[in-house]
Amino acid sequence: MAIGRIVKVAGPLVVAEGLTDAKMYDVVRVGKERLVGEVIVLDGDLASIQVYEETAGLGPGDPVEGTGEPLSVELGPGLIGSIYDGIQRPLEAIEKRWGAYIRRGVEAAALNRAAKWRFTPTVKKGDTVGEGDIIGTVQETTLVVHKIMIPPGISGTLEEIRSGEFTVEETIALVRDAQGRRHEIKLMQRWPVRKARPYKEKLPSTEPLITGQRVIDTLFPIAKGGTACVPGPFGSGKTVIQHQLAKWADADIIVFVGCGERGNEMTDVLMEFPELEDPKTGEPLMKRTILIANTSNMPVAAREASVYTGITIAEYFRDMGYSVALMADSTSRWAEAMREISGRLEEMPGEEGYPAYLGSRIADFYARAGRVVCLGKPERQASLSAIGAVSPPGGDLSEPVTQNTLRLVKVFWGLDDKLAYRRHFPAINWLTSYSLYAEDLAPYFEQKVGPEWNELRREFMKLLQIEAELEEIVRLVGVEALSPSDRLKLEVARSIREDYLMQSAFDEIDTYTSLKKQLKMMQLIKAFYDWGTRALEQGVDIHQIIDLPVRERIAKAKFIPEGEFDAHFAEIFKELTESFERLMAQKGAYAERVH
Amino acid sequence: MLKEYTSVAEIAGPIMVVEGVSGAKYDELVEIELAGGEIRRGRVLEVDRDRAVVQLFESAQGLDLRQSRVRFLGKVMELGVSEDLLGRVFDGAGRPIDGGPPIIPEKKLPISGEPLNPYSRDYPNEFIQTGISVIDGLNTLVRGQKLPIFSGAGLPHNQIAAQIARQAKVLGEAEEFSVVFGAMGITFEEANFFITDLRKTGALERAVMFINLADDPVIERITTPRLVLTCAEYLAFERDMHVLVILTDMTNYAEALREVSAARKEVPGRRGYPGYMYTDLSTIYERAGRIKGKKGSITQMPILTMPQDDKTHPIPDLTGYITEGQLFLSRELHRKGIYPPFDVLPCLSRLKDKGIGPGKTREDHAGVLNQLYAAYARGVDVREMAAILGEAALSKIDRIYMKFADEFERRFIQQGEYEDRTIIQTLTIGWELLSMLPRGELKRVRDEFIEKYLPKKAEEPVAA
Ligand SMILES: Nc1ncnc2c1ncn2[C@@H]1O[C@H](COP(=O)(O)OP(=O)(O)O)[C@@H](O)[C@H]1O
Ligand SMILES: [Mg+2]
Repeated sequence: MAIGRIVKVAGPLVVAEGLTDAKMYDVVRVGKERLVGEVIVLDGDLASIQVYEETAGLGPGDPVEGTGEPLSVELGPGLIGSIYDGIQRPLEAIEKRWGAYIRRGVEAAALNRAAKWRFTPTVKKGDTVGEGDIIGTVQETTLVVHKIMIPPGISGTLEEIRSGEFTVEETIALVRDAQGRRHEIKLMQRWPVRKARPYKEKLPSTEPLITGQRVIDTLFPIAKGGTACVPGPFGSGKTVIQHQLAKWADADIIVFVGCGERGNEMTDVLMEFPELEDPKTGEPLMKRTILIANTSNMPVAAREASVYTGITIAEYFRDMGYSVALMADSTSRWAEAMREISGRLEEMPGEEGYPAYLGSRIADFYARAGRVVCLGKPERQASLSAIGAVSPPGGDLSEPVTQNTLRLVKVFWGLDDKLAYRRHFPAINWLTSYSLYAEDLAPYFEQKVGPEWNELRREFMKLLQIEAELEEIVRLVGVEALSPSDRLKLEVARSIREDYLMQSAFDEIDTYTSLKKQLKMMQLIKAFYDWGTRALEQGVDIHQIIDLPVRERIAKAKFIPEGEFDAHFAEIFKELTESFERLMAQKGAYAERVH
Repeated sequence: MLKEYTSVAEIAGPIMVVEGVSGAKYDELVEIELAGGEIRRGRVLEVDRDRAVVQLFESAQGLDLRQSRVRFLGKVMELGVSEDLLGRVFDGAGRPIDGGPPIIPEKKLPISGEPLNPYSRDYPNEFIQTGISVIDGLNTLVRGQKLPIFSGAGLPHNQIAAQIARQAKVLGEAEEFSVVFGAMGITFEEANFFITDLRKTGALERAVMFINLADDPVIERITTPRLVLTCAEYLAFERDMHVLVILTDMTNYAEALREVSAARKEVPGRRGYPGYMYTDLSTIYERAGRIKGKKGSITQMPILTMPQDDKTHPIPDLTGYITEGQLFLSRELHRKGIYPPFDVLPCLSRLKDKGIGPGKTREDHAGVLNQLYAAYARGVDVREMAAILGEAALSKIDRIYMKFADEFERRFIQQGEYEDRTIIQTLTIGWELLSMLPRGELKRVRDEFIEKYLPKKAEEPVAA
């Protein structure tokens, strides 16, 4: 490769001349320390390069060397449980070699080269194989079977396949293609991050990604393979929601991208996940999780890349047939990194200084989510769900990143700082948020959870809407001026908000609620509403209904452990019935006395 | 011998352009010798072939195009550190101003620091008792956290910061915090207040101060917090100390940043602040925390005044997006004469959840905190409604909540500038306030804790 020379350095941007054979998006090595950079503009003899590391000390005349390769990730056993920076350098290995601070010019392979993995073939010599075909497996963690696939672009006859223990670089199979060329297949493959990995076809979404978060699963569900965004001002709960999903969503694989946010939040995940158990298997959650951490104080160009690194790894596991969920916290920081580089390139700025291609980059990112039929044999379906936090300046949703995101994603969990201030968490505003999957998922809930689910959901939504209207009136005339039936509606709506939607991420039990328990909890509130309506019709005083002690039990039902819920549920239901029957009997007796 | 250049082509505010340069490196330190022999410093912001754009660290006053001699030093700006820094006072550019001798450094550290590997961080979880109920009870500070005060001109943020510096302790530990104090563009009186307060409590020997006053060069403010943090990192991670960093006023820092950006004619972001301000601020605020295997820690308490008390202004906004919570001050409570005038509802400590509970504070802490928040939020709402509709339109329960809000401000928020409450005292006040509410309202606390801690005076049940 030709060696170029730096002519200009401005922050993370370097301009070099003489890189005669460089292509767009090629990785180059910059300066004597061989910092990693990527060609992002070619103009005549000049190449503009974004450098993924701190550029202090670089100057005109320093060498720049092309690699001829685009920015790629390594895909193979060893990914799970790892924590990488934005360009897939393993942070654990970096600490071992260089200590607590990230130095420049560090090089460390993404996948451990020394580790041996037991590979068990599932095909045999002589078989015809094509791209995406699974040829064997590696038990990567107790939770994840890593499927070894023929990389895209390769097909032919299996000339040889081995079983046993291998490093990621050793050859495990040989494929001879139609042209007679031999391809060595290894446990590891590489893929350029800016290019979506291929699949056979996209499918509509039919199944929810169950999160155990009541406001999400019940009111604003996301589908497996769906897209969602969580915009909100600082402190409104974006990160906690993303962490909750990473913990409890019923995906096989979680990829969490900490993009330009706090260092301690990644540390939190690192320390907590190995301690938490997967509700399905009882295994530590870290055994299905991959972390990408390019925090706010790490180089800004690598922040731009981190989102692509994350989604490429997510696609790779999707290709194995898994349901994968990716969280990016926060996509705004990714967009800002784009803006910063664009500014240094002196590109024509668009809205609020963001580059004109902001919208298309966001679109390309979310387009990589979806439910698909994977490439290759055996035939398999898989999904990649993408959930992005958005951090609008001043909480103003009219800004470009939020607006461009809303055009693409199908679920909007709008966070509201007013709710956060009163410690109503998750602070998802029930009036403004939406899920465009609700209809598609209705049959699933009906068949798999209970036929009442969708009706209860509609009823809850309606009551919350009515509450908002009644609140307006209360502000004008006071609550005592409302009719008893309106007051009941207000009370029920409050119960929906406080007893159902509000959910503490930090309470051992409340942090996760199964769909079954969600249904029962909804039924309790609905039963109170129905009984209350009947009692009012019978002339019972609204205040007596409001003051019923059983309401406290409904309110605290969320703290009942999953295993004990059915018994308690029956008891509360009984107490509810008896309370109302008593109220109505008293009323009846009173009415008789009067007449 | 370093090559010298006299080819300064342009000086515009804090930016200087030197031409005909060879071998200049990005970010390297530059020395400018004035005609009279005085030395100023700066750093290379951009180098384009033989043209270097230099950002001055010190005032441009007295620089001229013909006689200034420029040298590129081939290294980045550094701070010489040693334990002798303790007890000393420096200006915003790191020169001693206390009449003491120059520091003989044990070593020199680059002031921009390096990003801490997230894998190497240790999660902060040790409760710091500040003796202030709003902080300890509701927005608990932990060792290694960065928790700013969002204030406004004329509010008592300095008193609060000084009270915290005075009272902060980790229960069961004798060791006190060392304070590294950075002042950017504050008045002499304000700076003097801190120095006097630290001296009075004998904390000055454990303190290091970097002070850039309102009439000192604006541009030095870009360097000041970085000197502070370099010093703090040395004390914390090489000398095993627990360091409390106070930076005031970050608004003045951001203004200086804007000035450099404007002088470079960069495309401005929101309200004229540079688009990279988030990243820039993060390279200050993220220099707090704990490191696995190290004994020391850096707890940061930056102070900023919100222009026009506007929390959506980019300075508080971007800060809030980086720090681990924020403490808001309220002009309204200040007018009511309440000290410390915390605007409790938007206050937040993001790290509180791991610093409270059994073994750290008390088992009921989380529940009490949530219940107090919920009740106060409702009380404030009711109070607003009552202002419009009159109290008569309120339901009985609403009237209780309104009374709760008043009492909460009077007894929980309000305390003396020298009143050092234990966490148990704080929680006790909390429970006393909660006992104003009917028991059925206490939905956020577990029943077992209600049984155990709720004062057992016979509140009459609220019938309608
Ligand atoms: N579901 C929840 N349960 C309890 N507390 C929550 C929840 N969501 C958010 N919080 C509180 O809000 C704080 C801020 O949440 P976070 O997700 O960090 O906000 P953001 O990422 O929007 O700035 C958290 O530190 C926590 O105290
Ligand atoms: Mg966040």
